[in-house]
Amino acid sequence: MIREFGWIDVLYLVLAMRWTLALTVTAFVGGGLIGLVIAVLRVSRVWPLQAIAVLYVQAIQGTPLLVLLFVFFFGLSIVGLPVLPWIAAALAFSIYAGAFLGEIWRGALDAIPKTQWEAGAALGLGFGEQLRHIIVPQAIRMAIPPTVGFLVQLIKNTSLAATIGFVELTREGQLTTASTFQPFAVYLTVAFLYFLTCFPLTQWSRHLERRSYGPA
Amino acid sequence: MALLEIEKITKRFGTNTVLDDVSLTVDAGEIIAVIGRSGSGKSTLLRCINGLEPIQGGRITVDGVRVDDKATDLRKLRQQVGIVFQSYNLFPHLSVSRNITLAPTLTKGITEAEAREIAREVLHRVGLEEKLDAYPEQLSGGQQQRVAIARSLAMRPKLMLFDEITSALDPELTGEVLKVLEDMARSGMTMILVTHEMGFARRFGSRLVFMHEGRIHEEGPAARTLAEPRTNELETFLGAVLH
Repeated sequence: MIREFGWIDVLYLVLAMRWTLALTVTAFVGGGLIGLVIAVLRVSRVWPLQAIAVLYVQAIQGTPLLVLLFVFFFGLSIVGLPVLPWIAAALAFSIYAGAFLGEIWRGALDAIPKTQWEAGAALGLGFGEQLRHIIVPQAIRMAIPPTVGFLVQLIKNTSLAATIGFVELTREGQLTTASTFQPFAVYLTVAFLYFLTCFPLTQWSRHLERRSYGPA
Repeated sequence: MALLEIEKITKRFGTNTVLDDVSLTVDAGEIIAVIGRSGSGKSTLLRCINGLEPIQGGRITVDGVRVDDKATDLRKLRQQVGIVFQSYNLFPHLSVSRNITLAPTLTKGITEAEAREIAREVLHRVGLEEKLDAYPEQLSGGQQQRVAIARSLAMRPKLMLFDEITSALDPELTGEVLKVLEDMARSGMTMILVTHEMGFARRFGSRLVFMHEGRIHEEGPAARTLAEPRTNELETFLGAVLH
């Protein structure tokens, strides 16, 4: 049955946005945990650990996200595991985000001068103490803008989950288009909703970039 | 027993030998001025003493503890040996007070309040008590370097190493840092300074060590060695830095 694209459809799109955000948050938390481990492995002074981290990052960054998504969705069901689109998407996006966040955070840790590590060592602090009290607090400041930048990418990239039937914003747009035959109006609305989510984040990241040290 | 004993140490970076058969004994209360051209190994020597650089041969003993031994607790060693760097290396995200209290609270198990009292006292010694709650970027270079000295002093070291600590400062700021060094010298602190401040070396140095091509080329009482160098290399070097 074909009907007009109306406010009720807009409401459904806004509601579908929940799933876009749920997938983003899940991937960001999951990817953040993986990324933390990857970043710390990369700055550790133990080469096998560094190698594991490099391998992980290279493998994931060298693979299209869409393929990763298919691997989890189709691949796991072939080996007999029943995979829901939601689970496959959460796994694929976490693993993807882990590689990118790990690399961003490694870059931030690397950007802190070696002399800061050394000053900590010279005061008798161990590797973990130097990392926690001296390096990480300074690196966080550097890492926030690119991290928020990646978060914006992540929000937009969750639209790929539409391809495995996960009903988030883009998939909901496809379904609405199918029943209204008004793709232009529908996808313009979808685009606007993505923009409304991403724009404030970009602004916030710019604001954070301008802060400096000193008494608050 | 000597506070510091360096016996025939060798330090290589790859195939490049930076320290070659260097031996030096320092007693408590001595002030050793280490001079020499850049690349002569003087900074590396300091860094080996507190274990920031591993050595490939020989041995270093601080207060009876082998620095080059894998089993040595570097954490304990570094409570005994403080080092101040040319570029201050304060922690920019922490207040002056926290810069000083961080290591004592983490490594000595004292409370933040106790550590803050220590911070107040060591800042008083470098004449910056009023900067307790300032941030490094609010201080001049000379003040930052004095805070760095205070940060080291807060660990109550037995031996202080200074790596060209006035070299990054404008001439009008070196005076305030040298004054702090002079006060420490008078209080009997054992110090090894890599320095270009020949005036300080002459007045306060108990001994002068001239390094040349990774070796100790000449060594002797500071004032006399500066006035009457025995080797051509030291004479040439002094001629270059004093004129």
